[in-house]
Amino acid sequence: MPLAPAITDIEELKSHPALARLLEWNPAIVQSAKFDRDELTLWIERGAIREACAILRDNADCPFNYLADLTCVDWYPSEPRFEVVYHLLSIPTKERIRLKVKLDGSSPVLESVTSVWPAAHNYEREVFDLFGVRFTGHPRLERIMMPENWEGHPLRKDYPVEGYR
Amino acid sequence: MAHVPSAPIVDPSLDRTLVLNMGPQHPSTHGVLRLVLEIDGETIVRLHPEIGYLHTGIEKTCEAKFYQQVVPLTDRIDYLCPLTNNLTYCLAVEKLLGLEIPPKAQWMRVLLNELTRINSHLVWLGTHAMDLGAMTVFLYCFREREDILRMFEMVSGQRMMTSYFRIGGLALEPPLGFFEKVKSFADRFPGNVDEYEGLLTGNPIFQMRTKGIGRLSAEDAIALGATGPTLRGSGVDIDLRRDAPYTGYENFKFNVPLGKDGDVFSRYIIRVQELRESIGMVQQALAGMPEGPIKADAPKVVLPDREKMKTQMEALIYHFKIITEGFSVPAGEVYQAVESPRGEMGYYIVSDGTAKPYRVHMRGPSFANLQTLSKMCEGQLIADVVAAIGSIDVVLGDIDR
Repeated sequence: MPLAPAITDIEELKSHPALARLLEWNPAIVQSAKFDRDELTLWIERGAIREACAILRDNADCPFNYLADLTCVDWYPSEPRFEVVYHLLSIPTKERIRLKVKLDGSSPVLESVTSVWPAAHNYEREVFDLFGVRFTGHPRLERIMMPENWEGHPLRKDYPVEGYR
Repeated sequence: MAHVPSAPIVDPSLDRTLVLNMGPQHPSTHGVLRLVLEIDGETIVRLHPEIGYLHTGIEKTCEAKFYQQVVPLTDRIDYLCPLTNNLTYCLAVEKLLGLEIPPKAQWMRVLLNELTRINSHLVWLGTHAMDLGAMTVFLYCFREREDILRMFEMVSGQRMMTSYFRIGGLALEPPLGFFEKVKSFADRFPGNVDEYEGLLTGNPIFQMRTKGIGRLSAEDAIALGATGPTLRGSGVDIDLRRDAPYTGYENFKFNVPLGKDGDVFSRYIIRVQELRESIGMVQQALAGMPEGPIKADAPKVVLPDREKMKTQMEALIYHFKIITEGFSVPAGEVYQAVESPRGEMGYYIVSDGTAKPYRVHMRGPSFANLQTLSKMCEGQLIADVVAAIGSIDVVLGDIDR
């Protein structure tokens, strides 16, 4: 089963309910899109992520009401360094979508989505702990896995696998 | 390890409440879960789970391993359902590679995955009942669990850390006599479930400890990210085996039990019914088990058979190359979700085109379910916390990773 080539043209992907809804709301916030291996990824403008999530959650025909996962990828040493990844699931239609936000290594800050899905609480804490990405508006942004006095963020690519000794 | 809060979480002006530390070594927390309870008399005012005591940095370790070397690490995440972890990881990498898996391997995966679900639910049922004071159920459950662990040992050589599913298929052919053993287990198991139910379902003490306790509405369950039986207990109809079938689940017939009340008892009923559904699927898998190869025809990815290595030069070369330098995976990313015994288990893998995964993230169902605990317990009694923890079936290895 050879892999089909990825589709990156927004015009071609417009029929997907999530992309259609976001374009209808504000076409400027969708930076790019990719459909690869049956999964749709949308890159969202950093400042608009919370509103975009709220709009997708309240979308009438295909409400992405469930936050399945929230994590981060570090592309060190290239810039923008971080990509925060949101996996959303629509429980009524079983559709899935992936949202991504690119962040610079110098100021990895973006708005928290805990007001949209309370489920994001622990996920954002985990990303903060292991990547050092800060979420504004998070009610309790503290380390979750590592001890409070730990130095550094272990899942960053410039952090050695064996740790600092 | 999670931190110790420097300041008490209570408001000092309210001189009514007391902070109580439950865990990390409390027997009912099923591992090293620490709950900071703020209590007023015996009523929970606030509950705050502290996690991280079992954090092993598996996600970081994965980035330093070849793709095939990650499989044994996945066993150790959710140690009550190692085969489900293997399956999710293998499916994700196979999706990245675009590999097609032969039918026999798929059916074996379903068969073993359902046995894993039974195994996991038996541990849950035994410990949950023991937390609530019913000792006998534990002994019965572990009797049947032992049979399942022996079957795992037959196929993989290991009772718990199986690593039996490999990228591209299975590690080994199932041994002679395996299917007969599964068949005899599957034939008698429904009777065993009746036995557990006879001890618990109609038991007035068990009902008093579970009915109306730890309620979670459907809206709250979705908003807080509950998954699996915890979500279905609140009446939300979702099961990935049916709604997003993988590894051949579309060939199987089963019901998805749903609860109405969203309390501890409805989660109990759902899991017990799932035991029956799973054994039905095991029977279907045994009846329809296809013949054929157990590995995909992809010599650059799948290790060759031992016999071929002794007679064919190419097989030996491929074996050497896979072991020493791994195999490269086309760049891209996938999120593969599987219905584990505890709910949606997802693996998000990013490949940069090399032989090592660039990023592996495990979305553990217990991590998601744990967030519902505060909602379930606030305003309830301390004794009910034990029932609520048991009902969401936490596995700390899965939470901390």
